Amino acid sequence: MRFFLEVLISGLLSGVMYSLVALGFVLIYKASGVFNFAQGAMVYLAALAVVGCMEKGAPLWLAVLLAFGIMTLFGIATEKFVLRKLVNQPPIALFMATIGLAFFIEGLAPMVFGSDPRALDIGIVDEPIEAILNGWGMVISKFDLAAAAIAAVLVTTLALFFQYTRIGRALRAVADDHQAALSIGIPLQHIWAIVWGVAGFVALVAGMLWGARNGVQFALTFTALKALPVLIIGGFTSVPGAIVGGLIIGASEKLAEIYLPALMQSAFGGNFGGIEGWFPYVLALGFLLVRPEGLFGEKHIDRV
Amino acid sequence: MTAATATTEAAPTAERYLTINNIEVIYDHVILVLKGVSLDVPKGKIVALLGANGAGKTTTLKAISNLLRAERGDVTKGSVEFKGNRVDQLSPNELVKRGVIQVMEGRHCFAHLTLEENLLTGAYTRSISRAGLKEALEKVYHYFPRLKTRRGTQAGYTSGGEQQMCAIGRALMAKPEMILLDEPSMGLAPQIVEEIFGIVKDLNQKENVSFLLAEQNTLMALRYADFGYILENGRVVMEGDAENLRTNEDVKEFYLGLSSSGRKSFKDVKHYRRRKRWLS
Ligand SMILES: Nc1ncnc2c1ncn2[C@@H]1O[C@H](COP(=O)(O)OP(=O)(O)O)[C@@H](O)[C@H]1O
Ligand SMILES: [Mg+2]
Repeated sequence: MRFFLEVLISGLLSGVMYSLVALGFVLIYKASGVFNFAQGAMVYLAALAVVGCMEKGAPLWLAVLLAFGIMTLFGIATEKFVLRKLVNQPPIALFMATIGLAFFIEGLAPMVFGSDPRALDIGIVDEPIEAILNGWGMVISKFDLAAAAIAAVLVTTLALFFQYTRIGRALRAVADDHQAALSIGIPLQHIWAIVWGVAGFVALVAGMLWGARNGVQFALTFTALKALPVLIIGGFTSVPGAIVGGLIIGASEKLAEIYLPALMQSAFGGNFGGIEGWFPYVLALGFLLVRPEGLFGEKHIDRV
Repeated sequence: MTAATATTEAAPTAERYLTINNIEVIYDHVILVLKGVSLDVPKGKIVALLGANGAGKTTTLKAISNLLRAERGDVTKGSVEFKGNRVDQLSPNELVKRGVIQVMEGRHCFAHLTLEENLLTGAYTRSISRAGLKEALEKVYHYFPRLKTRRGTQAGYTSGGEQQMCAIGRALMAKPEMILLDEPSMGLAPQIVEEIFGIVKDLNQKENVSFLLAEQNTLMALRYADFGYILENGRVVMEGDAENLRTNEDVKEFYLGLSSSGRKSFKDVKHYRRRKRWLS
């Protein structure tokens, strides 16, 4: 039981990091209807920018600030030079544009900041929390807990921002009906630029956490692929969905990794490993069959 | 200059306020929809823009509010002036700040936002304090008490009438001088339409908001409007005081279905064809 709890908790904590990446997708998808394939590349770019600046001698805080600047500029430039030209085009054209964008980043970023894998030290160590280890005999990583806390603060802030501020309301309005938003004088371009800026910031936080944990390397772009099942389970348009989806994926993949092999072995014989790699996708597939809009996906409200 | 000539030939009713001069609109670079429309909305009046489905009413309103570009439409000739300034190059955002706002056909409330949130988005272009916002909200609730009782409901789950009220209320939050109101009666029960037109008249008289009102519901619109234009096939075929239009035999025949002789179109009625106000 104690072991089960330990697996569950570390699964949930790592799930929070999936949520972060998924959140970047949701923000852009909600506000502009664009499925941003480049979100994973943006995570990579952000992490590279931080280590790149640190290698040039900047302290961590400055590197983070610079990276934030880069991500914001990047987001605004994307809106201005790529997406604005494609307004009124079918969604598939926008999607293709973001694929192009992903390759562009994946090619350019290593040229600027170097391509060899590097460690990123953000000052949080990946070791068990002693109090929990001594008190309950469970191994819970300090890093996981800190990462989860950072993600939780970020998500709460964003949720409050969306719910209660003028810009947040405008963002939701644009997401609902951009023509109507235009008609009451909401400047869509500002809103889109803000959304890309926020998505860039989320990518920065995700990139730093993932980079610190697994090293800053090209494989970071694949975190985007893990976000996909998260989105399918949580729903593409829901911020809470991204969070809960991430938690479900994180917890279930860890539990499956530990407990499924034994089960499957007794049922089919043979050896089963690497379940973590594919389990989320199978789970997502199951969700697609049962609940295609996801747990929190906004129901389409038909207008009277 | 031609514009000067236009001014001297202005409609005698009142000072120039919203003036549309001979505009031509083309969609997708090929589809000619408005073929030289001119009209005036004097300050403080309700002007009805009438005509059958497809006549070009919505296109005219969108040409004024500059929402056409988002639909790949272009004003290729003519001009739009508001209070003496050309406004046809302004973005909708700038135009709303100058006091002209459109309430789109089909209401277009933000379905997932509550009614109150919908109203609040209407104030986006204004920089006002929290207290000012509250006051503006209360004013809208004063005219539309129904919105207040349902303020916490998502707009997507409210009735058509409530959505229409929400759309008008949302526009009011921008503190407009001039509202371009497109087909407010569409799909609503007669007594709701009556209620909404009553409020429009109220807003016009007490808040001094001018209206350009596009309607297929000719009879209803003419009962509340001061002046009317009838569009057909992208041209103004007739104009006049609401009272005169209402009693006009041909209007009765074509749009009110009140008599029956054989004519099919205003095009056949030569003397109604308006001479162009000025040649552009
Ligand atoms: N986005 C568009 N692209 C092409 N044609 C359009 C577009 N919008 C309207 N039209 C055409 O313009 C004409 C006038 O339409 P509209 O202004 O909506 O008329 P109304 O509001 O009077 O019903 C119609 O024939 C319609 O088919
Ligand atoms: Mg119309």
